Amino acid sequence: MGSQGGFGQSKEFLDLIKSIGEARSKAEEDRIVIREIETLKRRISEPDIPKRKMKEYIIRLLYVEMLGHDASFGYIHAVKMTHDDNLLSKRTGYLAVTLFLNDDHDLIILIVNTIQKDLKSDNYLVVCAALNAVCRLINEETIPAVLPLIVELLSHGKEAVRKKAVMALHSFYRKSPSSVSHLVSNFRKRLCDNDPGVMGATLCPLFDLINDDPNPYKDLVVSFVSILKQVAEHRLPKSYDYHQMPAPFVQIKLLKILALLGSGDKPSSEHMYTVIGDIIRKGDSSSNIGNAILYESIRTVSSIHSNAKLLEAAADVIAKFLKSDSHNLKYMGIDALGRLIKLSPLIAEQHQLAVIDCLEDPDDTLKRKTFELLYKMTKSSNVEVIVDRMIEYMISISDDHYKTYIASRCVELAEQFAPSNHWFIQTMNKVFEHAGDLVNIKVAHNLMRLIAEGFGEDDDAAYSQLRSSAVESYLRIIGEPKLPSVFLQVICWVLGEYGTADGKHSASYITGKLCDMAEAYSNDEIVKAYAITALTKIYAFEIAAGRKVDMLSECQSLVEELLASHSTDLQQRAYELQAVIGLDARAVEAILPHDASCEDIEVDKNLSFLNGYIQQSIESGAMPYISENERSGMVNTSNFRSHDQQESGQHGLRFEAYEVPKAPVPSKVTPVSLSSTTDLVPVPESLYARETQQISSVGLASDTGSSELKLRLDGVQKKWGKPTYSSPASSSNSTSQNPVNGVTKVDVATTINSKARDSYDSRKQQNEIDPEKQKLAASLFGGSTKTERRTSTSSKGPKASAADRPQDSKAASVPNKASGEKTNQVQQPPPQDLLDLGEPTVTAAPPAVDPFMQLEGLLDSSNSSAVTNSGGAVANAPDIMGLYRGTTSSEQSGGGGYNPASGDNLNLLSELSNAAAVRGTTGATIVSPLSPSVKGANAKDSLEKDAKVRQMGVTPTSQNPNLFRDLLG
Amino acid sequence: MIHFVLLISRQGKVRLTKWYSPYTQKERSKVIRELSGVILSRAPKLCNFVEWRGHKVVYKRYASLYFCMCIDDTDNELEVLEMIHHFVEILDRYFGSVCELDLIFNFHKAYYILDELLIAGELQESSKKTVARLIAAQDSLVETAKEEASSLSNIIAQATK
Repeated sequence: MGSQGGFGQSKEFLDLIKSIGEARSKAEEDRIVIREIETLKRRISEPDIPKRKMKEYIIRLLYVEMLGHDASFGYIHAVKMTHDDNLLSKRTGYLAVTLFLNDDHDLIILIVNTIQKDLKSDNYLVVCAALNAVCRLINEETIPAVLPLIVELLSHGKEAVRKKAVMALHSFYRKSPSSVSHLVSNFRKRLCDNDPGVMGATLCPLFDLINDDPNPYKDLVVSFVSILKQVAEHRLPKSYDYHQMPAPFVQIKLLKILALLGSGDKPSSEHMYTVIGDIIRKGDSSSNIGNAILYESIRTVSSIHSNAKLLEAAADVIAKFLKSDSHNLKYMGIDALGRLIKLSPLIAEQHQLAVIDCLEDPDDTLKRKTFELLYKMTKSSNVEVIVDRMIEYMISISDDHYKTYIASRCVELAEQFAPSNHWFIQTMNKVFEHAGDLVNIKVAHNLMRLIAEGFGEDDDAAYSQLRSSAVESYLRIIGEPKLPSVFLQVICWVLGEYGTADGKHSASYITGKLCDMAEAYSNDEIVKAYAITALTKIYAFEIAAGRKVDMLSECQSLVEELLASHSTDLQQRAYELQAVIGLDARAVEAILPHDASCEDIEVDKNLSFLNGYIQQSIESGAMPYISENERSGMVNTSNFRSHDQQESGQHGLRFEAYEVPKAPVPSKVTPVSLSSTTDLVPVPESLYARETQQISSVGLASDTGSSELKLRLDGVQKKWGKPTYSSPASSSNSTSQNPVNGVTKVDVATTINSKARDSYDSRKQQNEIDPEKQKLAASLFGGSTKTERRTSTSSKGPKASAADRPQDSKAASVPNKASGEKTNQVQQPPPQDLLDLGEPTVTAAPPAVDPFMQLEGLLDSSNSSAVTNSGGAVANAPDIMGLYRGTTSSEQSGGGGYNPASGDNLNLLSELSNAAAVRGTTGATIVSPLSPSVKGANAKDSLEKDAKVRQMGVTPTSQNPNLFRDLLG
Repeated sequence: MIHFVLLISRQGKVRLTKWYSPYTQKERSKVIRELSGVILSRAPKLCNFVEWRGHKVVYKRYASLYFCMCIDDTDNELEVLEMIHHFVEILDRYFGSVCELDLIFNFHKAYYILDELLIAGELQESSKKTVARLIAAQDSLVETAKEEASSLSNIIAQATK
């Protein structure tokens, strides 16, 4: 393994990486990279570069591009390198082009030919490299060029090739579903491939296919279920285990597919109940991957035709997630809750405090997820609290993307559930005020329409009340500085329509306000247009009502200004205003009738009112109208166009080689896509289906099912089984015990008293915080429990907690107990930290200075924490030191000139301190949690690494242990 | 589907980027800038997920290195978190106690490994052994080529064996 840890690049390249590492600012880094680009530009175009050099240049280009600079000048060289016969160069070439190019790049066309050739290669590594490139680079246009070759590779001898071929077809399906639609039978066949890797890969395209249309695949339900069952029973080879879980990634994919197939399909779902139930029951909630499977199972349960037992089991898992200490699990729990809530709305209630905790969590991600959940459970009883919370959060964030999103959510909820007009207007005002520029203009139009039409009540009083409350609030808001344009438009429109409607405000007051607005936002033409139109309307209403109009002087000047505006739209509006004012009451009434914004205006598209006029003209000798088609002499344009399209299809790019000019064998030149289909022997689908079922049940088992695999099951279960969750689970859902998942349940009735007493002391202080939360809980969740809970927001803490358990008729008698449990539920998360396996222990805070700075400086024997490691490491040290000495001496003799730190530095003294540092590194590796058998090798690896790094002038000092730190350590 | 994989150091330096969905160079820089701002500033113990422009980014810190994957809204975050771990374990096995320095100097090798693990934004192989075998097969070819070149590092490697 030593060679793998080595750095085979030239000194020049190593120096580049090093200097980039030492760069103190982005600007400095950019300077270095630009210099490097110059060098590469010069070098790469030199003639006769040796292959090895060229390869390195390409890798340097990759590096440059990775740092965000443009290396496009070198793309062509990368393309050229893919043509190379040497696999090593070819591989580098392919790596480079896949990283450089998107599938729409012009250079792709130059690679297609090489890919074609390589797909036919007899070296499977070449084929693999080409397939990697195919997945990334082949676009819709070039698919036909490689498709037949890839289909052939589906039955290649090497499983790696088959797997990649399947994935390539999947990527084709994504780019152009029609291109592979005739190949579905091949996917079905690959599902029973001997190699589990290929089978797993096949699930990817099948998932997409089923996602688009599940119906043709219903026959596969049984096969999928049986595969899932076998996977879950450890029937795959052990190498697919991941953290003692049998092929979890395959399981998750299968669960996803089952969710699609079982959605809204009772018979199919019934096949799945047992296996999903088993998976949930056996689920290992102590490891992250176990939880991933559990979560996926919940998703499946919520998607397929519902089953009470499974829902109950899922609810238990969710309870565990929510009670966990890990933010990740809480997040997943909230998400799962949101999925299940549609099916059993009551489930959220027992978790109300957990949900509120998540809502108040400082973690934005968790908070947003919780808003998502709240959005799903909004009802007219809790809409006020939820939308208020959302708006509060919306105001506090600066992320425009999310702000837009949550604003539209608020609007949606407000429109749907608004308890009162007044509240609705207030809410919309807040949304517009704080996120006005971000919301869709449609929302504004919607609001205007709502104000005009009301909420569908027939009550006239409610209408006018809605409008006048809108007018009132807008008149109040108008004075605030810097309102968003969309909001101003709404304000102008509403003031124009309804400003004077209820008679509270005089026309001159409203027009004055409108003029102020037009002036304050004088560079927003749309607002000005809205304002002037509003003015027109108000004057029109005045005239129609028979009152005399006198225009304020400021309005006068505004109109005059707009009459001379550069915008023709504004000009026209101003002239219209002038014209309207000059008319008498009757005419004005006809032009701008009062409160007619909702009347439909009928547009006569046929212009039938002109018929008489036309008739007259024709009679007096005018030419009749000739339609456009007739004029241009085309009888049927649509037909023509489709013909044209066909034509162009045939003129598309062709990727086959030209044929050898043979004697006339006519009509051999069929379009590419056709020729590809003929390569396949079409087999009837039903045949495959049957085959699938048989083989998948037999094939997998016979392939892998040796008896010792089965034995593992028990041991694993015991080791990873139930441990930690039992206590918190028992303290919480006292009301919902289910015998099915008896695993973690303890009879609560007996334990509950002692529990309550135990936590009595801590409860007191808890109670002081709780009422606030419980109040919130009550207002969020209370509405659904019972109808008598009218005054939800004003209810007191203990009472609110009683809402959790509606059976308790005497809420007052048990408040203590109830709230005590609640605190328990919050207070007692499972003890262990599920997800922090790899989380650094942060003994050394990340250095503020760049670590590379210190690299150059020579050794520091005080190698902090690592030295204090286990005694085992120290015992090993002599051996290792011997090894190390060997290294350094050979290095001195062999390549002193190469060493930037030069041989002098490596005197005995520094070597000693080296050894100390080395011991640090080995110590670290020895405590690494990997399997014990590799430890020895690891220690050696790190030694070698250390040696090499040192040789380049990078020294592991105590200030920058991070760079040398095992990622998994 | 995974849209991209990103490795950034604690200092915000890019160690590896792999794009499975089309992004222009400009967009790439923007994505990296934005995400490193978001992710590096997150406190430990928070969720390993960030919602970002309609997608989700799952990240995990290993020593001083952040591994990030951007996925669809409908994907299973915990699964992706384990994919990251899976990748790190494979790297660890390959490099032998992998550290950031390995990835700095051997980033192209990390790419090769990633290519055997993920393809077109999907997990193509969940067996560590299979990935290791394929990489080894490719490396053995590299080895022969290297021996011809008889580079210095090779001599050192020999000496320490």
